[in-house]
Amino acid sequence: MISVKLPTLLRGHAGGRPEVQSEGGSLGELLENLERRYPGLTDGLRDGRGLRRHVNVYVNGEDVRYTGGLDTSLGEGDTVMILPAVAGG
Amino acid sequence: MTEPRFTEEQVLRYARHIFLPQLGAEGQGRLADGSVLVIGAGGLGSPVAMYLAAAGVGRIGLLDFDKVDVTNLQRQLLHDTDDVGRPKVESGRERLLDLNPTIEVVAHDTPLTSQNAFQIFEPYDVIVDGTDNFPVRYLANDASQILGKPLVYGSIYQFEGQASVFLPGREHPCYRCLFPEPPPPGTVPSCAEAGVLGVLPGIVGSIQATEAIKLVAGIGEPLAGRLLLLDALAMEFRTMNLRWDPACPVCGEEPSVTELIDYEAFCGLTPGEAPPEAERAPEVAS
Repeated sequence: MISVKLPTLLRGHAGGRPEVQSEGGSLGELLENLERRYPGLTDGLRDGRGLRRHVNVYVNGEDVRYTGGLDTSLGEGDTVMILPAVAGG
Repeated sequence: MTEPRFTEEQVLRYARHIFLPQLGAEGQGRLADGSVLVIGAGGLGSPVAMYLAAAGVGRIGLLDFDKVDVTNLQRQLLHDTDDVGRPKVESGRERLLDLNPTIEVVAHDTPLTSQNAFQIFEPYDVIVDGTDNFPVRYLANDASQILGKPLVYGSIYQFEGQASVFLPGREHPCYRCLFPEPPPPGTVPSCAEAGVLGVLPGIVGSIQATEAIKLVAGIGEPLAGRLLLLDALAMEFRTMNLRWDPACPVCGEEPSVTELIDYEAFCGLTPGEAPPEAERAPEVAS
């Protein structure tokens, strides 16, 4: 299982949960699985080019932009954190 | 090193700072000689400006074009109930001088634009980003990087906060290294739409004030190359390491943004057209 920490912005798609569990051999697969389980959750995270550039995803604290993006491989026990830009002040 | 020229009253006022071995009278002198621009006299700007004033930062600029609204009072401690309807920089300036009449407070009652940013930033040592919208965040970042000034970043959403310090120059990540592009307009609700816990900007703004004070006094390790994340509901803090992006258009190896651009267009907004509420919400800055 892979733990996915959700920002407040996305929790509404997952019944308000701050964290969900899912599976996938890569980040892309994980997001597909999440989308099937929680429709709309990952819609805003991707576009035709891959991850949108206002969203950061960290696997075990590492920014996936530097580890292969959606192809970043995942394994049992990994922790994924999704961090979108917010602008409130 | 400028010899501190504190009066007896000031020595008492700053006694708890002067006692700190890391700061001392010399550090307090650097604060007195220092200057900080606070962008946004709202949720984040309130604690930032108040702590900087109390700390004796010699010159504080307060920038906001908005007026105090009753919905601001839940979190914007610069403003009183009686201030509703007044320009924020006016009531803010009053509050700061009440806290510390020995400092100078400059009110910039204007929006920050690509036309005025350099001129406004120029006389300040450190810039603090307490704005409430993406175009001004990218503008503040680019202007700080181009002018070579440190930018103390803070941002909030509902119960979550982010803070970092973007130092100028290569090998220090900037806001664009963190978020290369803004979200599509209207996809990230503002505090006005989504709500915000009133004390949240108090926490994040206090962190920004701490960083600004450290930078001006020249002490400690700045929150640079790191992003501090706060989840107030879980009351969890975590720190992510940030990377400098060699391809960054502003601070990368071959910068393509060397002057200020049209930030509304960059954020997908039509210039001259009122941005969606989610991007604008002037009363939130707020």
